[in-house]
Amino acid sequence: MAGYTAVTAEDLAIMLDAIGVGSIAELFEAIPAGVRLERPIDLPPGEPEQAVYAELRRLAELNTSAEDEITFLGGGMYDHYVPAIIDMLMSRSEFLTPYTPYQPEVSQGGLQIMFEYQTAISELTGLPVSNASVYEGPSAVGAAAYLAKLTNKRRKVLVSRGVHPHSRATLDTLAVGYGMEVVEVGLDDALTDLGALRGALSDDISAVILQQPNFLGAIEDVQAIADAAHEHGALVVCAADPLTLGVLEAPGHQGVDVVVGEGQSLGNRLDFGGPSFGFFAATEKHLRSMPGRIAGETTDADGRRGFVLTLQTREQHIRREKATSNICTSQALNALGGVVYLSWLGRRGIVELGELMLQRTHYARETLAALDGVDKLHERPVVREFALRLDADVGRVLERCAAAGVNAGYALGRSYDEYGDGLLVAITEQRSRADIDRLAEVLAAAVAAERAGAGAEVAA
Amino acid sequence: MSAPDASQTKQQRERATTIFEKGAPGRRAFRAPDLDVPQVDGLIPEGMRRAQPPRLPEASEPELVRHYVNLSKRNFDLDSGFYPLGSCTMKHNPRLHERVAALPGHARLHPLQDPRRAQGALELMFNLQESLAEIAGLPHVSLQPSAGSHGELAGVLLTRAYHADRGEQRTTVLTPDSAHGTNPATVTMAGYEVVKVALDAAGGVDVDDLRAKADDSVACLMLTNPSTLGIFDPNIEEIASIVHGVGATLYYDGANLNAIMGYSRPGDMGFDIVHFNLHKTFTQPHGGGGPGAGPIAVSDRIEPYLPRPQVVRRPPGAQNGSNALHENGADGRLVGGPPIFDLDEDRGGRDSKSIGKLRGFQGNYGVFVRTYAYIRSLGGEGLQDVCEVAVLNANYLLARLREKVGDRLPLAFGERCMHEFVLSGAPMKKELGIRTLDLAKRLLDHGFHPPTVYFPLVVDEALLIEPTETETRETLDAFADAIAAIIAEAEADPEIARNAPYTTPVRRLDEAGAAKRPRVREVLPQ
Repeated sequence: MAGYTAVTAEDLAIMLDAIGVGSIAELFEAIPAGVRLERPIDLPPGEPEQAVYAELRRLAELNTSAEDEITFLGGGMYDHYVPAIIDMLMSRSEFLTPYTPYQPEVSQGGLQIMFEYQTAISELTGLPVSNASVYEGPSAVGAAAYLAKLTNKRRKVLVSRGVHPHSRATLDTLAVGYGMEVVEVGLDDALTDLGALRGALSDDISAVILQQPNFLGAIEDVQAIADAAHEHGALVVCAADPLTLGVLEAPGHQGVDVVVGEGQSLGNRLDFGGPSFGFFAATEKHLRSMPGRIAGETTDADGRRGFVLTLQTREQHIRREKATSNICTSQALNALGGVVYLSWLGRRGIVELGELMLQRTHYARETLAALDGVDKLHERPVVREFALRLDADVGRVLERCAAAGVNAGYALGRSYDEYGDGLLVAITEQRSRADIDRLAEVLAAAVAAERAGAGAEVAA
Repeated sequence: MSAPDASQTKQQRERATTIFEKGAPGRRAFRAPDLDVPQVDGLIPEGMRRAQPPRLPEASEPELVRHYVNLSKRNFDLDSGFYPLGSCTMKHNPRLHERVAALPGHARLHPLQDPRRAQGALELMFNLQESLAEIAGLPHVSLQPSAGSHGELAGVLLTRAYHADRGEQRTTVLTPDSAHGTNPATVTMAGYEVVKVALDAAGGVDVDDLRAKADDSVACLMLTNPSTLGIFDPNIEEIASIVHGVGATLYYDGANLNAIMGYSRPGDMGFDIVHFNLHKTFTQPHGGGGPGAGPIAVSDRIEPYLPRPQVVRRPPGAQNGSNALHENGADGRLVGGPPIFDLDEDRGGRDSKSIGKLRGFQGNYGVFVRTYAYIRSLGGEGLQDVCEVAVLNANYLLARLREKVGDRLPLAFGERCMHEFVLSGAPMKKELGIRTLDLAKRLLDHGFHPPTVYFPLVVDEALLIEPTETETRETLDAFADAIAAIIAEAEADPEIARNAPYTTPVRRLDEAGAAKRPRVREVLPQ
């Protein structure tokens, strides 16, 4: 009885008798001899709970988490504070262990939360309809391209080089299946090159995809990009960072048709990359071609207010090969974390938090750029993340900083050949002025040491 | 004021109010850390700054807690009751998994952390890849897909890359009538046409129909085995041989893996690609509809096309031809030298045949932690025990239902089943005038979650029942008794079931009205 099972010898005898067989083996007789596994599954033997706990703890301790160092690592996921109320609610049996709400009469809690979540996402993004969430950020970008294809039947997508490298890579992968061509639009001093975009636009472009703020942290002129795209009837898709939308204008108010994004920064853990949730919001006319689950309000047989999964005729279990997406579920539990987080922050809190990030990020950027061998990679306005240029090997500098207990950020050269000397630094509300000053100290020393070392090598 | 209706519960008497209707201007739960740097104005250019703050709720923490905890009580959940939802494998979610997933070394690990400082996570992922490969009988694993549907999409895109690499243009994918809806939907998104394969009288793939439709335009056959009818296809070897004979790949939808662990493996059946539903077979909690994870295992011929990054183990000295040694500090953490476990982002560099990325970062790691804990708790023997009890429980429940209500709810195909079975409510509908939907809703009043209904589509008035290994004999008996009681009640008065449920927080909901006039968000005051 290792597998959380409960069959005693007596149970077994009664059950086999009721079935009318002599042994469990008889129940598997339908499996032909040629495809049978004639040996035990070759895995290490099962262990008691405390031994498994010890092993998982050993593995956890081999990792350097945001608990172990002062981290400025961002690049799509961020070390924001997750309030205790979220741990409490996400671990409640009633939220943790149900299935998709196919039986709405006994799923009103989950359905209402989806409805609240959709309301919050609509409000944040400035678009009237939101689904109940999708897998995560980059694949949401891919899903938006599919919606564009369904909408205007055009086969070409323009994507800004400022969009997260993982989103662009995911789009490239999915476009093969969609039968779409993806064309990249370059950056001009860290912003989407408007001239290049206008040059690339034509009436066969299905969608223009940008990110706000972009991967280099810069605030894009969303309205200008949207206006250019709309002149050619292309859809505008913006991957937005939800936690900056307390201080940045909602993309939906700037002409964007579809706003998607990674929801992790809204009350979800880093979890080495997932699970989190992706959000997906659009203008009213796209409601019936949205992917994924959507909760809607209705009434019950006695006239009470209630909620159901609605517009299911878009979906794979009804529509099969004609569905608007193959997505089966939402990320309900993670989206629950998202809406609880937004409710916890509240109308004022999201502005205050955005303002705090803005001020500390400005302070960090100016402080770091004043160091010897450190410059701004661009001067564009930023909210929570900014890019620097180091006059030293970025990988080795990061190594030195890590040895001093500081994770200085993301080496841009990992995904941008042209920014081999670039460092992307993220400032969440968990990084105080003291932390930033410590980063400055450690980074200055690391850059200086590397420059001295490089000089020594040249001299030798 | 009239007297309250005593027949209604408190939940039924209360109007559902959203968090947006609660609270009051000025209330808050969050308090921002103090501004500890000089305030600078004008950091966001005019026109780019948000003009009006988003109208989020304004409520205190106690209000939030009460609101959401009260909402939780309007949910049915696996921890409090039987959830025999066919093809969904609603098995117990061990709480150890939640504890270990929450350890900061896992939960607060950044996905872009230097692999040398994420060795525990990468070791776990590597070991999980190896374990899943053994369970599938296929040597190569990508953990990246986020869900079963995502794994399916990966699989069909892998098939496309495999054929393209051989200079072949194929246009169709075969799926049986009993397939999950995600299969045909995936086929369309991957740019193929769906061709349906008929079922034979026993509920398996009609081999003659398959042979007639299999030609060199076919890229792939997507199959679940056992099928959604709970039947292991006895012709699987012949099916594989037909599919491989025309150069197509064979894709295994792993939703029903719980039925075969320890007895057979997709790889041994001839499948090239299989996805796992870690939220079904491997206990990731369903969370009210996600998150899950849908890793894939593939054969040697598909391996070159796997998504990147892949988790690899680099033996000491094998790193780029160097003789560097891994250096570990006193606490066991890697402090120098190349990483032992690494993310292979290039997968062969510029000549890579990889289909690329399917999502951000490296997958739903939190799900991998739970799955790995489960596999380490059970071992091979425990997984086989799981499978045996799942099949035993399904057959026992089937036997009890046949004995009690077999005439009204006959088994749709065959005599016995694997881990799940399909009953047809057609005789019940004809003879008693209640539909499968009515039976399902009346079950709610008995405290049970209903089975999957109206799926698979090939069975009239279908009920797809999967008890899983979790349930005790007593629970299965009680469920069979409840079904029998509902049938007996309907013999006397079918109206009772037709208007059920009565005891739930709301009664039957107007789904048609919701779709006709969609209201998908709260109306907020200006």
